[in-house]
Amino acid sequence: MEPEVYDLPEADVAWCPGCGNFGILRALKLALSDLKIKPEDLVLVSGIGQAGKLPHYLKGHVFNGLHGRSLSPATGIKAANPGLTVVDVSGDGCMYGEGGNHFLHTIRRNVDLTNLVHNNMVYGLTKGQASPTSQRDFHTPLQVEGVFEEPFNPLTVAIALGAGFVARAFAGDVENTREIIKQALLHKGYALVDIFQPCITFNRVNTYQWFQEHTYYLEDHDPTDREKAFRRASETGPYPLGVFYQDQGKKTFEENLSIYREDERPLYQREVNPDVVRQLIRARKEL
Amino acid sequence: MDFKFKNKDEVTLVLGGEAGQGIQTVEQILLWSFKMAGYHVCASKEYMSRVRGGQNSTQIRVSSRRVSAYREHTDLLVALSPGALEHLKDRIFPDTVIMGDEEDVDEKALGLPFLKLAQEVGGPIFTNIIAAGAVCNLFQVEGEIFNRCLSAMFSRKGEEILQKDILAGEKGYQLAKSWDKVNIKKDPSVKSQVLLNGSEAVGLGSLAGGCKFISSYPMTPSTPLQVFLAEQKDTVVFEQAEDEIAALNMSLGASYAGAPSMVATSGSGFALMTEAVGLSGMIETPVVIYIGMRPGPAVGLPTRTSQEDLDLALYSGPGEFARAIFAPGRLEDAYQLSQQAFHLAEKYQIPVFILSDQYLADLHYNLPEDDLVDLEPEKYLVKTHQDYQRYQLTPDGISPRGVPGHGNGLVVVDADEHDPAGHITEDLELRSRMVEKRYQKLENLKKEALPPTLYGEEDCEVLLVGWGSTYHPLEEAWRKLDRIDLGFLHFQQLYPLHQDTWKYLEGKKTVIYENNIKGQLANLLKLEAGVEIQKKVLKYNGMPFSVEEVLRSVEEVI
Repeated sequence: MEPEVYDLPEADVAWCPGCGNFGILRALKLALSDLKIKPEDLVLVSGIGQAGKLPHYLKGHVFNGLHGRSLSPATGIKAANPGLTVVDVSGDGCMYGEGGNHFLHTIRRNVDLTNLVHNNMVYGLTKGQASPTSQRDFHTPLQVEGVFEEPFNPLTVAIALGAGFVARAFAGDVENTREIIKQALLHKGYALVDIFQPCITFNRVNTYQWFQEHTYYLEDHDPTDREKAFRRASETGPYPLGVFYQDQGKKTFEENLSIYREDERPLYQREVNPDVVRQLIRARKEL
Repeated sequence: MDFKFKNKDEVTLVLGGEAGQGIQTVEQILLWSFKMAGYHVCASKEYMSRVRGGQNSTQIRVSSRRVSAYREHTDLLVALSPGALEHLKDRIFPDTVIMGDEEDVDEKALGLPFLKLAQEVGGPIFTNIIAAGAVCNLFQVEGEIFNRCLSAMFSRKGEEILQKDILAGEKGYQLAKSWDKVNIKKDPSVKSQVLLNGSEAVGLGSLAGGCKFISSYPMTPSTPLQVFLAEQKDTVVFEQAEDEIAALNMSLGASYAGAPSMVATSGSGFALMTEAVGLSGMIETPVVIYIGMRPGPAVGLPTRTSQEDLDLALYSGPGEFARAIFAPGRLEDAYQLSQQAFHLAEKYQIPVFILSDQYLADLHYNLPEDDLVDLEPEKYLVKTHQDYQRYQLTPDGISPRGVPGHGNGLVVVDADEHDPAGHITEDLELRSRMVEKRYQKLENLKKEALPPTLYGEEDCEVLLVGWGSTYHPLEEAWRKLDRIDLGFLHFQQLYPLHQDTWKYLEGKKTVIYENNIKGQLANLLKLEAGVEIQKKVLKYNGMPFSVEEVLRSVEEVI
């Protein structure tokens, strides 16, 4: 399948020329086409922010919902139709700030979806405020004396919570990002890919060059070793890229739903069975 | 002992005890024993927000005719804890007979050796069953029926415990052996009727309406509905969300994928959901929102009742879009309106509210199975084609709704303003058309709005007005007064109001009853129907209206 099947030529792209998001969009299209996932089997779920607009630029079903909430509808979609491939596309503000609680609990649920987080360490759409992953001393119009909080580390959090797939990519390297996203899509269960993505307009510190100089790919790393994965994910200078951790054996959220145990049909195909309701009513004739 | 009520055809019994003492178990055993013996019953409860201790009570009305309202009078008070009498002092009248353990009650009351007998069986835990046995014998419930209820309740705890409970029950029956029995006429048809509570009625109606998904966060008094649906695990997916924000967003995701979905919550929980109410409006994705109201603001009185959140439901969510609000009064209406809520939500692709409250959620009574009427199932999903557009502009504002995987079109929904294909737009001309599209659904919703129900004569002088759970006390009071000049008007659809609403109210002396301080429906009637309600009877202490309270207030007005 050619990556062009996902193209939407009529889309009015709102990203700045040179934005790191273009690399992610390209890598995602390549990974999807490598795996022959048809647009009609794919649901892109997003919230608000520049990353959240990606689903409008790639052919598939789209649920572009509220800021920070994308993982919740994504969970609902998988619960109602586990056969769909769900990719959640968010930014660092959306996922780790506004949506932090949903991030934690979706990992715990182990919903079978791919969570791509465009991490540019800044708020783009609201024009340059700090994000949860902004580095210390990052100055913005709101953080006038610089950021003093500890940057949020999504990878260690995800590994600590038992996420089954935890990876980091760099938008400037489309080929490797394509491979990492492919592995995430193939993973059964929740898969996090945090993607370093330069914001060329509002982050003049963490630029393409900065990321190139401050990252390297994991080598000779055993992704089944959780403790080692945690240690590698804790490194902050330079930052490793690649798959930190993978556990293939975890039962997914959908596999735990008894509604699918004897009937695999998605819920939209199921009619109301009035007999079931009547039986429940009649059961209330006796204690 | 002289049971002054023994020749009445209706007796009000109140059980008082502490949380964690098994009072709910006794309530269930008594309720089912009475029902299976052929008595009409209804039960309502009030309780403190505590896991242990605190004083709780359940009122059970036992009657030869159908009963369903809360009363303040007590014929028989069964005190299962020393504090029960103090707690229930306002509901003890000169003719109230008090029954309790001989150590806890004075000489005017009927002191019985509950605890002593319980010790003989195996410990104080059996006190309640002994009391229940005595009460059942007093009411001439056949011992066999009582034992059947005990078996249903305790067999899962093992044979040994069940046998002890049966022995305790027998000791209770022995206590009452020589008493003059209550002579309420039994109605054998009750035995084959169903016994439900308000939460179950909504749950069953939701299932019949097609509910396939519910995500919620536990919150009194909506939790019993959540539990009911969680048990239907082969028909419905229940997911406990991390918070109410996630709950409604999750339900909207499931609904987008084609599963008729709902959430269940209460005031403060719903406050967290309001952002996503706007999402439902914007992406035109159906969802049913059940709010079990309790007194607020904030945490308020967690286990009490109120009607304070009509305004919250009506105005929740940013922006403007169509919605509908139901507020059932009777259990049969709760069953039917819950189906209707799903049908309307799916048909109009909007959020639809079911407003209940603690009183209705916990209200039990028997009713014939046939009173639970099924609506015809309807289908609103379409199979999509290649050039499908989720928000195709149509004359009535309703676009054919497809779901991912059904057909080969793509289903694109967006919380931003969007074009017919569902993609972001800032075309301001299109923006106006989309606002109109979402809002104009209200015109057709109005056409199918349920009118209020009028009890009494069209040309009556005085009209009692109520909505939702105040139905039963108002209806019983109206029936008891039996006056040709008095009518009762009950609203079970609050928004949009039926277009003829003003006709019911105009020219009448109107008295509205609401469990809030603003008179929220009265205000809405003024705003939407242009009718000023003349007198408001407002109660907001957390307890429902009693029949007697309504009777007294009517006397003041007439």
